[in-house]
Amino acid sequence: MEIIIYGVINSVTLALMALGFTLVYGVSRLPNFAHGAFYVLAGYICWMLLNRLGLPYFLAGLIGLAVVGGVGAAMYHFILERIRGMAISEIIASYAIGLAILEGLRWGGLKGGTFILQPFVEGSVDILGVSVDYQRILVVVLGAALVGLLWLFVNQTKLGLALKGMAQDERAAMTLGIDSDKMAVVAMALGSVFAGVAALILLPMGSIVVEAGYHVLIMAVAVCIVGGLGSWTGAVLAAFVIGFAQILTVAYIGAHWQVVVALVAIIITLILRPSGIFGKQKELEERV
Amino acid sequence: MSDKLKHQEGRRKERLDRGIKVRSDGVYAVSSWREMAFLVSPRLLLIVGLLAMPLAFMPLPYWQKVLSIICIYSLLAIGFDFLAHYVGLVSLGGALYIGAGAYISALLNTELGLPIWASIPLATVLGGGLCTLLLWPCLPLRGVYFAIVSLMFPLLAGRIIEALDVFGGTDGLIGLDGFPNVYAEQYVLIIALLLCLFGLRRLVNEDVGLVFRGVMDNDQAVKASGINITTYKALGVFIAASLGSLGGACLAHIYMWAGISQFALDFSIIPIAATVVGGGGTLVGPVIGCLILVPISELLRDFGTLRIAVYALILMGFIVFKSEGLMTFGARKYNQFEHWVEI
Repeated sequence: MEIIIYGVINSVTLALMALGFTLVYGVSRLPNFAHGAFYVLAGYICWMLLNRLGLPYFLAGLIGLAVVGGVGAAMYHFILERIRGMAISEIIASYAIGLAILEGLRWGGLKGGTFILQPFVEGSVDILGVSVDYQRILVVVLGAALVGLLWLFVNQTKLGLALKGMAQDERAAMTLGIDSDKMAVVAMALGSVFAGVAALILLPMGSIVVEAGYHVLIMAVAVCIVGGLGSWTGAVLAAFVIGFAQILTVAYIGAHWQVVVALVAIIITLILRPSGIFGKQKELEERV
Repeated sequence: MSDKLKHQEGRRKERLDRGIKVRSDGVYAVSSWREMAFLVSPRLLLIVGLLAMPLAFMPLPYWQKVLSIICIYSLLAIGFDFLAHYVGLVSLGGALYIGAGAYISALLNTELGLPIWASIPLATVLGGGLCTLLLWPCLPLRGVYFAIVSLMFPLLAGRIIEALDVFGGTDGLIGLDGFPNVYAEQYVLIIALLLCLFGLRRLVNEDVGLVFRGVMDNDQAVKASGINITTYKALGVFIAASLGSLGGACLAHIYMWAGISQFALDFSIIPIAATVVGGGGTLVGPVIGCLILVPISELLRDFGTLRIAVYALILMGFIVFKSEGLMTFGARKYNQFEHWVEI
C-alpha cells in the first residue's frame, strides 16, 4: 500500500518536472537545457519576495511565476530566435543560459539549509494505514489539475490549438497563418511557468538548492525520452513508469540505486524503442 | 535600426583572396620563400609558441601549472570541436571523458602498480572505449539524444560513485605516481596536444573524414552507400573520448589524485566555450580559445562558481553575435582583403 501511494506521489512529482520541458520541445523542437534553472529561479524569487519583502505567499508565488515566464520568453525572443535551426548552437546556447543562471545563483549565496519555503499546509493524514502529509496530497491534486488544465488549454482554446498545430507540422501551421516565432515564444513562456509552478509546489518538501536544478533537468529529460520526446501524454505515462520504478527500487534494492533508475530507463528505451512510448509518428524520422 | 539599414543600403562588402594566398595554394608555393613563409608561419608560430611556453614561465611555477591545465582543456576542446563540427554530435559532458581517464589511470597505477608511462596510454584507450560503450545506445539515433545523454552521465557519475562508495567514494583515489619533473609533465602534454591537433586536421581531410562529414550532413546518403553510420559515429566518439581521457589521465597524475571533482562542470563548459570563442570547425580555434579562457578562469578562481556563469555568458555572446569565432575571423583577415563596393 505504501508503495502505491508513494509511487503515485513520486510519479506526479516527476510529471510536474517534465511538463514544461516536453511542452517546449514539442512545439519548437528545442531541448530547453535551462529548464532546471527556471525551476530553481522561480523558487529563489518566491523565497526572496516572501522573506525579504514580506509579501504574502500567493502574491510572491504569482510574481515569481511571472518573472520566470518573462525570462523564458525573453531568452527565446532575444537569443534563441536568432539561432533557430542551427541545432548545435541552440543546444549550446540554452545550456549556457541554464548554467549562467544556476551558477550565478550559487555564487549569489544560494546554499542548502537557509532557503526553505514553508509548506502550504502542515500536518498529515492516514490513508489506508499510510501516513501522508498534506503537502504531498496537495502535490498530487495540483499536479492532476495542472495536467487537466494543460489538456483543456491545448484542445479547447485557439492559442492551444495553434501550439498543437505547430507541434504537429510547423510548415503546415505557417501556411494557415500561425506565426511560428510568436508561438514558440508563447510555448517557452508557458514551459518556464510550468517549471516555476513545479518549483512552488515541490520545493516546500525540501530546501532550495542549486543541485535541484540539475536534478530536475535530468529527471525531466529522462521522463521525456521514455515517453517520447515532445509527446505530452507519453510524458505523463512515462512519469508513472519511472516514478514507480524508483519507489520499487528504493523498497526492494536500496535507496542508493535510485539515481541509476532514470539512466537505466533511458538506455533501455533508446535500445528497444527509441521514439519512446508515444512517439510513433516520429519513429522513422529519428531512427536512421 | 532603419538608419543603420539605410547606411548599408546600396553597398556590400566584397572579399577577395590575397594574391599570395592564391599563389601559395598550388604547387608554386615551394618556388618562393615568401609563399612558403606565408604558409608555414602561422603553424610555426603555434608550434614554437607552445613549445617555448614552459621555458618562458620558468620563474612562475603557478603559471606553469596553468599551462598544463590549458593543454588538458585544449585536448578536450579539440575533441568537442571534432565531434560537433565533423561528426555532428554535440557532447555536453566532456567531464565524463576526463573522469573516465582519471579514474582508469588511477586504478591502473595504484591497484595494478603500472608505471606512469604505461598507465596514461592505457587509460587513454580504455577510457575512450568505456565512454563509447556508455554512449553507444544513443548513437544509432538522430536528433538531440546524444546531447541529452552525454549531459546526464557526468552529473550522475559523481553521485553514483558517492552512493555506491566504490573507487574510494568521496575521498577519491590517492597516492598516484607524479610526473618525474614539471618539464616532463608539460612537454608530454604539449607534444600530445600538437600531435592530436595536426593528426586530427589530417584525419578530417582523409577519406574517413569525408564519411564523418557525410554522417553529419546527410546520413541517409551515407547509408545508401552501404556504410554503417553507427560504426562511424562510434569511431568519432572514441576519438574524442580518447583525447579527453588522455587529458584526464594526465590530470590525475599531475595532482596525484583522482576524485569526484574530476566530473566537475568546468570540464564540460570550458571546452564548449573555447570552441565557440576560438571558432568551431577549425580545430586550432579551440586551442586558442583555451589559451584565452583558462587563464581568465584562473584569475577568477577567487569568485568560485561565478566563473562558470562568466563563461556561459561569454559563450552566449559569441554564439549570438560572433558565431564564426576568432580563428575563422583571423584566417579571413590573413587570407583575404575586403572592401566596400557600390551596387
